[in-house]
Amino acid sequence: MSVEVRIPTILRTHTGGEKIVKGDGDTLSALFADLDTRHNGLSGRVITGEGALHRFVNVYVNDEDVRFTGGLDTALNDGDSVTILPAVAGG
Amino acid sequence: MVAHARRDHPDEACGIIAGPAGSDSPERLVEMINAERSPTFYRFDSAEQLAVWRWMDDHDEEPVVIYHSHTATEAYPSRTDVKFASEPNAHYVLISTREPETAMVRSFRIVDGEITEEPVELTGDELAVQTYKIGHTPTSIVYDCAEPR
Repeated sequence: MSVEVRIPTILRTHTGGEKIVKGDGDTLSALFADLDTRHNGLSGRVITGEGALHRFVNVYVNDEDVRFTGGLDTALNDGDSVTILPAVAGG
Repeated sequence: MVAHARRDHPDEACGIIAGPAGSDSPERLVEMINAERSPTFYRFDSAEQLAVWRWMDDHDEEPVVIYHSHTATEAYPSRTDVKFASEPNAHYVLISTREPETAMVRSFRIVDGEITEEPVELTGDELAVQTYKIGHTPTSIVYDCAEPR
C-alpha cells in the first residue's frame, strides 16, 4: 500500500525540499499520521488541533476535493495520488 | 488583468499569470473563477485551481503573478491577503477598480506575513493602465499591457 503525495512549495520545508513523497494509510487521516512520522510538522499544516482539515488548505485524492468525499475519512487505495494545495484566497 | 477586474466589478476578480519555473517572467494570463463571487473576498475555485496547478506542473511553469481586484479600496494587500498568501515566489498584483475611470495597479511580495512593494514597469499599450506605483526595490517586473495573445 503506497500513496504518492504532492507537496506545495510552501510546505516543502517539512519534506527536505521534496516535491513528491510516499506514504501509507487506508484513509487520509491515517496517511497524515504516517507522513508526520517522517515529515515532522506536515500534518499540523493541513489538520487543525481539533482534527479537521484547515479551511484554507485544499486536499485532493486523484482529482477530487476531499471536502466532497468524506474529508479526512476519505478512503485511499494503492497507487492513489494525493495533492495538497493551499487555497489562493484573500479579501 | 484590468479588463478582467473591470468586467467582474463590483465583485472581486482573481487570476494568475503563469510563466516558466524560475524565469520570473509572466507570460500566460489565466482568469480564475472567484468561487466566493463577493465584493470583499476571493477564493480560487478548488477544482479549477487543481487543474491549472497540475497543468503548470506538467509544463514546468509556476504562478509568476497572482492577481486580484479590490473594488472599493486601494490596491494594497488587506489583512486577509497577507494571512492567506501561500506562494512565496509569486508577485501579488492588486488592481483597484474603486475609481470608474482610473484603474490602479500595484505589485507586492508577501512572504511570512511581510509586505514588500515592488516597481511596476509598463510596456505595450500603456493606456490600458492609467496609474501605477513606481517602487524603489532593485528588481522590477515588466507587465506587457498589449492585447492578450
